[in-house]
Amino acid sequence: MSNEILQLEGVSRTYGEGATAVAALRNVNLAVSAGEFVAVMGPSGSGKSSLLTLSGGLDKATGGEVYVEGTPLGGLSINELARLRRRAVGYVFQDFNLVPTLTAAENVALPRELDGIPARKARRQAKDALRLVGIPELADRFMDQMSGGQQQRVAIARAIVGERRLILADEPTGALDSTTGDGILEVLRGRAEAGAAVVLVTHEARHAGWADRVVFLKDGRIVDEAAAQHDPSVLLTGSAH
Amino acid sequence: MSIRHSLLALLQGEPRYGYQLRGEFEDRTGATWPLNIGQVYTTLDRLERDGMVQKDGDDGEGHVIYSITEAGRAEVMGWFAKPVAQANPPRNELAIKLALALTIDGVDVAGVIQAQRKASMRSLQDYTRSRREAARSDDAAWLLVLDSLIFATEAELRWLDHCEGWMATHAKGAKSGADSKGLTHTNTETSVETMGAATR
Ligand SMILES: Nc1ncnc2c1ncn2[C@@H]1O[C@H](COP(=O)(O)OP(=O)(O)OP(=O)(O)O)[C@@H](O)[C@H]1O
Ligand SMILES: [Mg+2]
Repeated sequence: MSNEILQLEGVSRTYGEGATAVAALRNVNLAVSAGEFVAVMGPSGSGKSSLLTLSGGLDKATGGEVYVEGTPLGGLSINELARLRRRAVGYVFQDFNLVPTLTAAENVALPRELDGIPARKARRQAKDALRLVGIPELADRFMDQMSGGQQQRVAIARAIVGERRLILADEPTGALDSTTGDGILEVLRGRAEAGAAVVLVTHEARHAGWADRVVFLKDGRIVDEAAAQHDPSVLLTGSAH
Repeated sequence: MSIRHSLLALLQGEPRYGYQLRGEFEDRTGATWPLNIGQVYTTLDRLERDGMVQKDGDDGEGHVIYSITEAGRAEVMGWFAKPVAQANPPRNELAIKLALALTIDGVDVAGVIQAQRKASMRSLQDYTRSRREAARSDDAAWLLVLDSLIFATEAELRWLDHCEGWMATHAKGAKSGADSKGLTHTNTETSVETMGAATR
């Protein structure tokens, strides 16, 4: 097995049946290696969130196969899938998906504790993650005492806590101002540099600019891809007219 | 870009000779706008003629040193204080290209847009990467230049999304009536989704 953390092979996802069926993804192939940062862009409804939920094992493909660290997700039981998700996958939901009755630190520590990490250690890791996203002082606040942008950062902290190898983020900067958003990109980039595979769904070109590769989705298909050139001479010519 | 004011601004720091000025300018702007030495000397001549700089002897190795005059200082302060006027409509080759593509039959406008999007995205990736490196070295002037390139490229990409959305709407209208000038390639099935992106 190579160092591919995430692999989609001919993945399709169709919602519903018959005349009302919606093909959200059609025969998508994508591989993301350890240390690689991939951004996914495309119009609303093009299948970006579908691609992410399938990659994180939150939904099942209707065709093809998704592999996480070489394990085909199709064959896993619900329990095995849940375990793999907690251990290997950090997921930032488009709508945060935080537990309102828990504090910020408890929300972040929860997946670690469920995975058997001692509470004190999980809590320490949670505080580290909250510091990384810039809100260490809010560790003991409940969700309904936080602004949208602050909740979003809790959701990001929950995804990066521990050493998870696959980080999937669905529009994680939507509720953030420009500078805070850049800080989050810095954090995601840092996770990739530490060896994680990172997939970011975004509408913001400036944030996709942080990725090694940008994949363009349209009507459920990957229609194009842009890879950084890492060639300083392009700075002088670039796309300038 | 005003070479004249840029050179005056550099001379405000300390007297310098031509090659030094060129080197300083390129260092501070990350060599984004290369200056040729001929331009530097012609500009210095004109500035001297206008009383903005004066010759200050040489450095012992045959380089003529220039220093700024009071009039030059006043000029450069005035330059900093004055907002930059937008060149009336800046000639944007991409905008011209798309405008023409839209009106000429048989041009795959969606293809033109996607090719540009890909190229602009690659530039954006490279600028962003350079910016990360610059941030580590704390090079403030270069950081500002990179930020300006990043935001300009972002604007271009947003504009491309907007054009695509606009085309989809236009094609829809065309379907129910008038001839769809050069837009027949647009897949009307995708219109709603593409418009969605444009209105977000
Ligand atoms: N549970 C579902 N049942 C039926 N259709 C669905 C479901 N989830 C998504 N879809 C459809 O699948 C397509 C892709 O949806 P998806 O959420 O992946 O888009 P997206 O690219 O994330 O859009 P956005 O940018 O608006 O978040 C859409 O046409 C959507 O309506
Ligand atoms: Mg979505």
